[in-house]
Order: sequence, then C-alpha cells, then structure tokens
Amino acid sequence: MTALRPDLRALDARDRGGPAQPLLLVHDLKKHFPTRGGGFFGARETVQAVDGVSFAVAKGTTLGIVGESGCGKSTTARLLLHLIEPDAGDIIFDGDAVGAPDGISVRDLRLQMQMVFQDSYSSLNPRATIGDIIAFGPRTAKRVSAGAARERADRLLEQVGLRPSLFARRYPHELSGGQRQRINIARALALEPRLVVLDEAVSALDKSVEAQILNLLADLRRDLGLTYLFISHDLNVVRHVSDRVVVMYLGRIVEAGEVAAIFRRPRHPYTQALLRAMPSMDPDRRTETPPLTGDPPNPINPPSGCRFRTRCAFAESVCERVSPRLDPIGGDHDVACHMMVPGSGHSRAVEQQAAND
Amino acid sequence: MAEITAAAGAPQFDEAQEAREFEPRGYWATVGARLRRDRTTMAVGLIMVLIIALAVFAPWVATHDPLQGSVLRRLKPIGTPGFFLGTDETGRDIWSRLVYGGRLSLICGITPVLGATCLGGFLGLLAGIGGRLINTLIMRVVDVFYAFPSVLLAIAICGVLGAGIGNTLLSLTVVFTPPMVRVTESLTTQVRSRDFVEAARASAAPMLAIIRQQVLPNVLGGMLVYATSLVSISIILSAGLSFLGLGVTPPHPEWGLMLNALRQAIFVSPVVAALPGVAIVITSLCFNLLSDGLRSAMDIKLPS
Repeated sequence: MTALRPDLRALDARDRGGPAQPLLLVHDLKKHFPTRGGGFFGARETVQAVDGVSFAVAKGTTLGIVGESGCGKSTTARLLLHLIEPDAGDIIFDGDAVGAPDGISVRDLRLQMQMVFQDSYSSLNPRATIGDIIAFGPRTAKRVSAGAARERADRLLEQVGLRPSLFARRYPHELSGGQRQRINIARALALEPRLVVLDEAVSALDKSVEAQILNLLADLRRDLGLTYLFISHDLNVVRHVSDRVVVMYLGRIVEAGEVAAIFRRPRHPYTQALLRAMPSMDPDRRTETPPLTGDPPNPINPPSGCRFRTRCAFAESVCERVSPRLDPIGGDHDVACHMMVPGSGHSRAVEQQAAND
Repeated sequence: MAEITAAAGAPQFDEAQEAREFEPRGYWATVGARLRRDRTTMAVGLIMVLIIALAVFAPWVATHDPLQGSVLRRLKPIGTPGFFLGTDETGRDIWSRLVYGGRLSLICGITPVLGATCLGGFLGLLAGIGGRLINTLIMRVVDVFYAFPSVLLAIAICGVLGAGIGNTLLSLTVVFTPPMVRVTESLTTQVRSRDFVEAARASAAPMLAIIRQQVLPNVLGGMLVYATSLVSISIILSAGLSFLGLGVTPPHPEWGLMLNALRQAIFVSPVVAALPGVAIVITSLCFNLLSDGLRSAMDIKLPS
C-alpha cells in the first residue's frame, strides 16, 4: 500500500498539469433524479442520489469509494463519465474542466477515462465476438483500421492473460465470469485510458477469481501507469487496493483519507460501524458493539442535518439542525461530523478534540 | 497494491482442455443448428418451400390457363379427368388458379410485412433511443392507430383509396406498422438499458456506430420472429380484403377472391369451394409455426 508514488515515471505524453495536478478533481457533484411518488397524481419528488460530492484522485494512485448499496457510488461513477448528466458540480480532468468552453470535451474525457462494470455478462454484447468487443472502441472512436484494431485486441487479450488464438473468436456466453471480467478490463484498456473507473469490478466474482483479477489490475496499473477509481462495498478489498479511501453515505461523503489512517482510526461513527461490521478471521477480535441495524433512510426524503443521525448512536439536536461539513482534521484526513468540530454544539465535540491532542 | 499470493496466484487455465472444447460458433449458427433439430419447424419449412416453389413456377405447374373458363365445364367435382381439383363457377381450372393465386397471396402476405418491418423498425428504434420527447411523440401517434381494430383500419384505407393490389399492400403496411413500432421500441428500450450499451457510449463511439453494432443486432432477432408471425395475419387480411371486393380485382386469381366467387357454389360443390380456404389456412399456419420455431430456437438460455 504505497502512498503517493514519488517516481511517477510514466508521466503520460498526454499529461498537462504535471505530477502535482490531481488527475481527477471532482467538486460539489450533484445528481437528483426526479420521480413521481404516490400514484399517478402524486407530487414530483427527487431522489438525492449524489448530493455534493467532492474528491481528488492523484496521478498513479488508487482512490477507493466505499459505502452501502444505494449510497450513490455507482451513480458517481456514471456521472464522472457523463453517462448520466450531472445536475451541478465540476469535473476537472488533469486541470481541464469537462464540458467547459476552454476545457475538455466529454468525448475527449472518455478517451482518457474508461469504466469496468460490475455485471461482467450484461456489459458484453452477446452478439459480438470477444475480438470485436475489444476492437469496437478503437475502431469507432479512434478510427483505427480493422487490422490494427484486431492486432490491438490480440495484444490486450494477451495482457489480461487470455490467449488470443483461443478467445478472440468466441462469444461472451462461452466464457466464465472471471474470463469475462478480464475481457471487460481489456475493453476498458483498448482506448489507452489514463484513469479507469472500476465499479464493483470484482464484487460478482468468487474469492479466488477475485484475487486473480486484483493481481491483474495491480500489474496493469504498474505497467501502464494507470490511475484507478475503485468502487466497492467490500472493505477488505478496498483496503487492499487503495491509497486513499472515500466513505459515502446517502449521496454524501462522510469521511475521506489515507487508507491506513482510516482503517487504523476511523473518526466518523458510520465508518466506525462499517469497519466493525467487517468479518474478522480472529475469534478474539469479534464484534462486541452491535453493528448498524436497518436500512439507510429513503434518499427521497433524507434526514435533515446530518444524514447519518437516524442511525447514529451519538446523535444530538445539533445533528438535526446543522449539516456537518467535510472538514480536515489534520494529516490528510477529512470527516463530516459535529463531534470532530470544537464548538459545534455537540456535547462530545470538546472531548473528541481533547482526545486528538 | 500489494500482491495477493497464496493459491490464487497467476491466472491458470487448462489450455489443452480449452482447445479441445473450442469450437467458435456464432449466434446465428447456433440458432441454425437448433432449428435443424426441430422437426416441426423443418417440416413446416419444407412445406413452405414447396408452396413458394409452386407459386414461383406457376406457368410450368399449372395445367390450364387460369383465366380461361368454359361454360361447358362449370363446377366439375374433384377428380374430373384433366381438372383434378375440379373447376370453378366459370369453368376455370381450380389447380391452376390456386397455383397462380399463390403468387398474389404470398406477395400480399410478405410485402406489407417487409414494409412495416422497415418503417416500424426504424420508428421503433428511433423511439427507443431518441429520448423522452421523441418517444412520446412516436408512441402516442402509434396509440392512435391502435384505437382502430386492424381489419377495420385496412378496410377503411382500402375503401378510401379504392380496390386494387397496390392499395391493398399500402393499407396493410399501414396496419402492421404500429405493432412493429411497439415491438421494436420495447426491444430497444430493453437492450439500451444493458451495460454493454453504456460501455459503448463510454467508449466515445459515435451514436450511429453504437446503434448499428450494439443495439441493432440484439433487436433484430425479436423483430424477425414478430414479422414472421405477421405474415400469416397479412395473408388472411389480404384474402379478406379481396373477399370483400376491396383487394385484387377479378378475374385475377387470388385465394380470397376465389373464396368469394366460389361462395355461391358452396351447396353445389362444397369441397371445391373450400379449397382456396384450405390453401390460406395451410400457408398462414406454416408462417405461424415457423415463427414459433424461430422464437424457441432463438431463445437461447445462456449459461452465466
């Protein structure tokens, strides 16, 4: 688990901002889906799927995004690639604002940012051969000739550990889940992206295959100088692959920081609960405090103030009134909790502060 | 990222076994193989080839001129020497008329469906992909057509335009386009929401390439099945229009028209009078069964 890698030897030829410029900067990203609640004449309501999310991904690193299902992780991924139009917020790729007049177009963004989907089956065209699936992007988006695209597909198959002679002419349904996920990765790499969004890319695989794919991803990152955005609900996997972690709850970020810091000393009650819920192999370290119960509240009408307060053991009246900001608490660690802010009005705020010093 | 060691290290495949099992076969090849194993569909297909061949080679198969009647040999029963299926009310050979009639009936069955598949398929694809406004626009117009029963709509259009084969084809195309739009639209919406279309969009590919290479191949199968089932309806409807005097004009042989003409002779020689009906039933049944066979052959449950 390396921190910011100092060498960054593979500064891409397309690099614009230099090593200090984060490859991806997301500021206050918002997406509210309109729905019609309560029958035909029901009032229009909005699902606040992603509500003001900001983070940065440094070049050559892996940012993990964790959270329960429905917290907006996958929506965030789709917003980044403009597969869904964001309502508000800025996406800045290597210093260039996406969609801005003097920035980078969505098309150019997609040429440098690719995505690997969770469902390895539904993300492959059942009527196309593996070779055609991988060659589709280069052929159509980059207008590479058929021969060159086939060659590139073969090379990519090799790179993801599949023999081109055996697989290029096969169809997706003839492959196993792990093989299909390798194809998905090869397809994502076909456009030679700099950033790959891995949306639950290993969640549907069994453990041994998952490990193989994670190793493959690590090798590819090293060999190609890639940057990853790794979205998962599996804390063990996120801890293993990430340099930094962002914890999301109901469309907002509750905690962000270096993976070691967050896993050693989580500060937000939600992160603490998540980590406690992680199954441990050590019987002496069994969970003693009860884990979170129930489902997250409905994102159509999220709780006022802090969104976690309905399930938080320390919730007080200030949590209901004021929405906590994601503020740094030192050491590249951000938390959105009143308990971390002295003078916030929370009875534990001072105590926590004292414990910090 | 640290390396995960232990048992699950580098990817390992039993390549020898993979090679043995390797037998690349495309989707349509698989469908073909499944069709060949389906006896009913193969038999139906054989009968259809026969019917089409008879219609195509009508001048060689027919024993008499289909338009040449004779007062002397009116309404001969089946088995009459020289007229083995008998003669109609003006003494024309039934077999020859059936064979020639097959030409018009098949054209009336297939052409409108082809037209509707092209037009309806295009509109359905557009509605499925073009976004909410275009979808509402197309689908609500289609709903208006749905308000009329298809037979009435065909009769109304033919009635306005006048009798004749061209108008029959036109009216049937209009009748079959709305259901084709609906089927294509629902297929397209299903395919569009699948991840591989999202992935194609994410690959910065132009929209036209995505439609052509990702969406269309996955929609075409369902459209084909539906179109085949429409052919039998089209044959029946066009026969119905001719029966009512709105389709093919006499003296041209067409099954619906023949049925109408022989109607008056139903008490004199009922078996002969029923023959065009039998031809209609067999042909439309064939198309229906073929559609069923195609549907089950294409419904490949993929192991996942």
